[in-house]
Formats: sequence, structure tokens, C-alpha cells
Amino acid sequence: MKNTPLTEKHIALGARMAEFAGYNMPISYTGIKEEHHQVRNKVGVFDVSHMGEFIVRGKEALQLVQKITTNDASKLSIGDAQYSCFPNEQGGIVDDCLAYRLPEDMCAEGEQAFMIVVNASNIEKDWEWANRHNDFDTRLINISDQTALLAVQGPKAAEALQPLTQVDLGSMKYYTFTKGAVAGIDNVLISATGYTGAGGFELYVDASRAGQLWDAVFEAGKAYDIQPIGLGARDTLRLEMGYCLYGNDIDDATSPIEAGLGWITKTKKGDFISRDTFARQREEGVSRKLAGFILPGERRVPRHDYPIEDAGGNPIGKVTSGTMSPSLEYPIGMGYVKTEFASPDTTIFIAAGKKRLEAKVVKPPFYKPQ
Amino acid sequence: MNFPDNLKYTNEHEWVRVEDDNIAYVGITDFAQSELDELVYIEVETVGETLSQGEVFGTVEAVKTTSDLFMPVSGKILEFNPALDESEGDDPTLVNNDPYGEGWIIKMQISNPGELDELLDAEAYEKMVS
Repeated sequence: MKNTPLTEKHIALGARMAEFAGYNMPISYTGIKEEHHQVRNKVGVFDVSHMGEFIVRGKEALQLVQKITTNDASKLSIGDAQYSCFPNEQGGIVDDCLAYRLPEDMCAEGEQAFMIVVNASNIEKDWEWANRHNDFDTRLINISDQTALLAVQGPKAAEALQPLTQVDLGSMKYYTFTKGAVAGIDNVLISATGYTGAGGFELYVDASRAGQLWDAVFEAGKAYDIQPIGLGARDTLRLEMGYCLYGNDIDDATSPIEAGLGWITKTKKGDFISRDTFARQREEGVSRKLAGFILPGERRVPRHDYPIEDAGGNPIGKVTSGTMSPSLEYPIGMGYVKTEFASPDTTIFIAAGKKRLEAKVVKPPFYKPQ
Repeated sequence: MNFPDNLKYTNEHEWVRVEDDNIAYVGITDFAQSELDELVYIEVETVGETLSQGEVFGTVEAVKTTSDLFMPVSGKILEFNPALDESEGDDPTLVNNDPYGEGWIIKMQISNPGELDELLDAEAYEKMVS
């Protein structure tokens, strides 16, 4: 099991630790619900250093990114980030990712540079995949091991971090980034992104400085009651927003069109892996769709792999994610259902052991932060 | 973490406290409640039933996971802790805050006391979860 540069800090804080994607990660410090509310209402810090980062640099960097991701990276100006995914040749998803168009200060004349951020569980698979498709004048560099990542999330994130940097955090637009000094550490990539729906920043920093940044963030955030947040609350926060988790809601056998990721599947941008499949699915429709559903008044919680049925008890799909929503205080979930059951307000049933739970299809996000 | 000496423990993280006449209280351990995180619901619909050792007698829901509850020994379920019962206005966090006391889950009549010998003592259970 691998450690992040901050594992010792989590243990010292008394976190409940568990293996996630091969890393010894904090699941929770004080309790998932409490940490969840901390991020929704104030500010919290996640160590997500287990995520992978690849640099794509060269004269044809854009061509490689365009070929292996579904979103249109040509739309990115320097300082922009976008959510995207790697499609496979069967129209499934190798991984979901973020693509950053980097400044060109490290580039030779005529070169461009991107950073692709991938899920920890898929680093090796993605690295192999990206390299296999790199028949361009472009280099790939895997900086995952020397890169730490802190996600500082919540409505108070900008205020809490502002004393640490000259960068005007409040004016940064969602899905933009800049490089700057934070807490006296040069070259921190400050990204106005996150996977919580609570707003905030993700700070990419050299692994050797991660502990220093962590300490500085907590010192600066004291006035805002900043707290460490584990992966348990990360999951409930992302699910309240209807964000997909790779391995649960999307995988090698799910299409982005089925998963509701049509908005990052730009079939008109030019050729890319499985483009024709996605264009056809978009035109002809798909037989199943990822639907969000709610169970107000219910106390049993739908979980990954529970069968979904119609009123007559016929199987129509499977749950991919489910939780008791800490913000809404009732169960929520997502799952693939036959397309005719995917429209909002459709009643579906979740088989939870001997119980059948009635659920209503809704369009995520489940929770709309103030 | 606390593992009282007067209890017997199972591999599935239940505890049993035997009283007079083979009446026993059953709950989940401090380790179990800690791993589950805050509980949001406890369902026991087997009151009055006689179940065998290892059979499911209920379910606990935490934010992140659902976990079945298993009979530590065979017997009849006499009572579901009213403080955990939805129809009585439940507080599932009693199990988190006081797993061996207020957070007991069922009261049962043991039908085969010999099965108690198969359970773990506090020392063996603690060793298993540490």
C-alpha cells in the first residue's frame, strides 16, 4: 500500500484510514456527516494526492489530447481547465479526467502543454493507454508520484486561503487556474475546481512541499474553522451533485452518452477514439441511461449493484451509487435504467434484499447549494 | 477502543451479554460502530421469530454502507430495543455513542447455550480487530 506525502499527518490527526486505490487514505476524521456539513457550510481540506497527473507537451500535444479525450481541448485557453474522459475503442470509458491547458513557459517554440489529471485507481491503465495512442510529436511525462494535491473546498475556501497568496482568489472563475506562490511555496498550481459542488480550490504542489502547504492552509484557515475531510464525505458530496465516480457509475463498459456525459462528448470536434459510436448513439438514442433517483421518507438506502425494477417487479437496471444524503436527509442514488424509465418523475423500485423501495427519478444535482 | 470482558464476541462484530435463564442482549461492537461511521437507521423485523446462529436478524444503515446483523447464537428474538425502533422515534446514534449499553439492539432467548463456547472472548476479539 502506498502513502501520500500527508499520510503521517492523517494518522496523527486520528483519522480512520483505509486502503483506496492502493493508497493508505483517510476515510473520516470525526464522522462523515459532520465532515460533509463542514464542506457544504464552511471549508474543509481533502488530501487527494493519490490522483494521477500526466504532462502532455510537444508540437502536437493538442492532437494527442483531442484523440484520447472526448471534450474539445481546442477550446481551452491557457489557464482553462475542462472535465473530460478517455473513451475506449468499444465506446466505453477508460477513465474520467480533468484537462488543463498549461502556460507555455516550459515549452520550446511551437509547443503546447497540457496536464491531464486522472483517478488514482487508473493511473497505470491510463498511462499505458495514453502512450499507446501517442503517435504524435509529443512527450508524455507521468508526474503523479512527485505531485501532491490538496482540495480546499467550501464557501469559505477563498477567504481562508487568501492570506497565503497574492493571487486574487475571489476573482478566479470556476474551471480556471493559475500558477503562483502559496504560503511561500513557488509554482503551486491553483485551480478553481473540485468535485464537491461546494466551490473552492485544488492546489497542486510538489510532493516535497505538501506538508508545509498543509500546515499553512490549516493555520490560515483557523479563523474559518477549517477542518480535514476524508474520502467518505468526498463521496457523499459528489453524489449529492450527481457527479460520476469511476468504477461505480462509469467504467469500461458504459458510454458517456448513457452516463449523461454527452455535454463533454464533442462529436463535432474532429476524429477521436469511438467518435462514430458516440455520434450514432446521440442520433439513434441509447437503450439505457444513468438516472438519478430520490427516496424521500425512506430510511433504507440503495447501494451499488442493488437491482432496479419496474412496478411489476421486472428488472430494468442496477444501482451504481447510493447514500443517505446528509444535506437532504433522505436516500439518493444513481443507476442505469432502461431509457423509458429514465425521465424525471418516473416511479421505479429498488430491491434492497427482501425489501422493495419506491424511488422517484429526478434530474441531478440532487442538492443545490445556496 | 473498548471491549468489555463480560461479553462474548463474533467474527461478524456482534457482542452478546448473557443474563439469567439464557436471556441475552445482543449489539454491535465499538469497532463495528466506528467502522460503520454514524448510523442512520436500524431495522429489525424478526421479533418473535426463532433463528439459527449466523442467520440475519436485521440491518444497519450508515451513511456509506449497509450491513446485515447476524445471530451470534440460535434463539428467539424477544425484543428490539425501543430506543432504536423507528415506530418509537428512534435514535440510531445510541449505537455509536454507547454500543454496549443504551445501544443494545435485541434481547433474545438462547436456545442452545453450547453455541456460546464457539464465540470469542474480549481478548481474542480485540486481537482480531487490531
